[in-house]
Amino acid sequence: MAENIQLEVVTPEKTVASEEAQIVASPGTLGEFGVLSGHTPFMTTLKTGVIRYTDAQGTERYVFVSGGFAEALPDKVTVLAESAERRLDIDIERAKASRERAEKRLAEDRSLEDIDFTRARGALERAIVRISLVETR
Amino acid sequence: MATLKDIELKIGAVKKTKQITKAMNMVAASRLRGAQANTEGFRPYAGKFAEVLGSLASNAGEGTSPLLEPREQVKKVHVVLCTSDRGLCGGFNSNLISKAEAFLNEKVEQGIAVSFTAFGKKGRDWARRNKLTIESEHVGVVGGNFGFNVASTAGRGFVEGFIEGTYDEVYIIYAEFISMAKQPPVLKQILPIPPIDPAEDEEKDENTPYQAEHICEPSADELLGEMLPRNVYVQIYSALLETSTSEHAARMMAMDNATNACSDMIDNLTLIYNKARQAAITAELMDIVGGAEALKG
Repeated sequence: MAENIQLEVVTPEKTVASEEAQIVASPGTLGEFGVLSGHTPFMTTLKTGVIRYTDAQGTERYVFVSGGFAEALPDKVTVLAESAERRLDIDIERAKASRERAEKRLAEDRSLEDIDFTRARGALERAIVRISLVETR
Repeated sequence: MATLKDIELKIGAVKKTKQITKAMNMVAASRLRGAQANTEGFRPYAGKFAEVLGSLASNAGEGTSPLLEPREQVKKVHVVLCTSDRGLCGGFNSNLISKAEAFLNEKVEQGIAVSFTAFGKKGRDWARRNKLTIESEHVGVVGGNFGFNVASTAGRGFVEGFIEGTYDEVYIIYAEFISMAKQPPVLKQILPIPPIDPAEDEEKDENTPYQAEHICEPSADELLGEMLPRNVYVQIYSALLETSTSEHAARMMAMDNATNACSDMIDNLTLIYNKARQAAITAELMDIVGGAEALKG
């Protein structure tokens, strides 16, 4: 097994994860990508999704991310996200409420202004990803 | 001359004031710790963000983003004024507002229209009193617990406004937290984004292999285009954090001074009280002695 790689997930509010991982898989805008130690320097934008990584003990862990960037270096992956939560920290009730709100808004009025529409769609997407992360894994 | 009773009442009142100022000082102290913790939590993000942005910007060609292009003619300027919601924090708000006033006068003289976004009641009230254009106001943000979304929602509006031509320049006025005793108001341009200096971080880790070009996905310019608006949000967020920290520090200092002033006042009043009491006793004695003398005679 190759050496471990340092994973950092930071949001403007706090550092969500900072630990060693064996492998990190992140949802890039142009497709999911996996990073092992020794990766070539790489920068990408992220879409709303889930970062999967295996920690030093071999346990699979999940972190929800939305809106951000990832930078991979040979010994380090840094994720800068607008929001990020570990799977266990997700507030499922809040996510469900937010899904309902967004669905209602989208169903309610097709003629919504573009901005509101994209905003609601974004909220819906985040809620769905959060819920499915909690419920399916 | 005040009677004994009056002085006593006065001492009681000052004591109560002192209790309040002391309590406010302690509340401010604990809020200050909270604000500092938020700032601390933001630092890793801000540091990394600046690093990545710097490295991308240094490789970027010209004309990559409209957000970097200064306007040839500046007619409409937008100012984001960060103040606190509450008073009792010394000259904190008036410093910020006089900074805004100076800026406003300068721009108005040049025939430039100025509009405002107010974070905090004090700045909003000032703008209202002076009949200035307030495009939006956010109360309950500065000094409290707020998330990044506050900054990004506001920031998105500025970026859109800038691109659509509603604003030609956007500035932010906030209080920079330097130390407990020093929180000067600072004026900063946020749009168009001033040239980014890639070497601004002097303590940059020597080991960071930025010599190796990154593979970028999508292209570096597109990445930069994604990052620039976010840079605006980061600036706003950090300004709000600084202002919050400064507000609590300023209030702590102001309340500390007030508490000391109360103590001095109580000392003075006690002195006067004792003097007055002594005078009363002396007068009474004189009366008794005088009375006794009269009986004898």
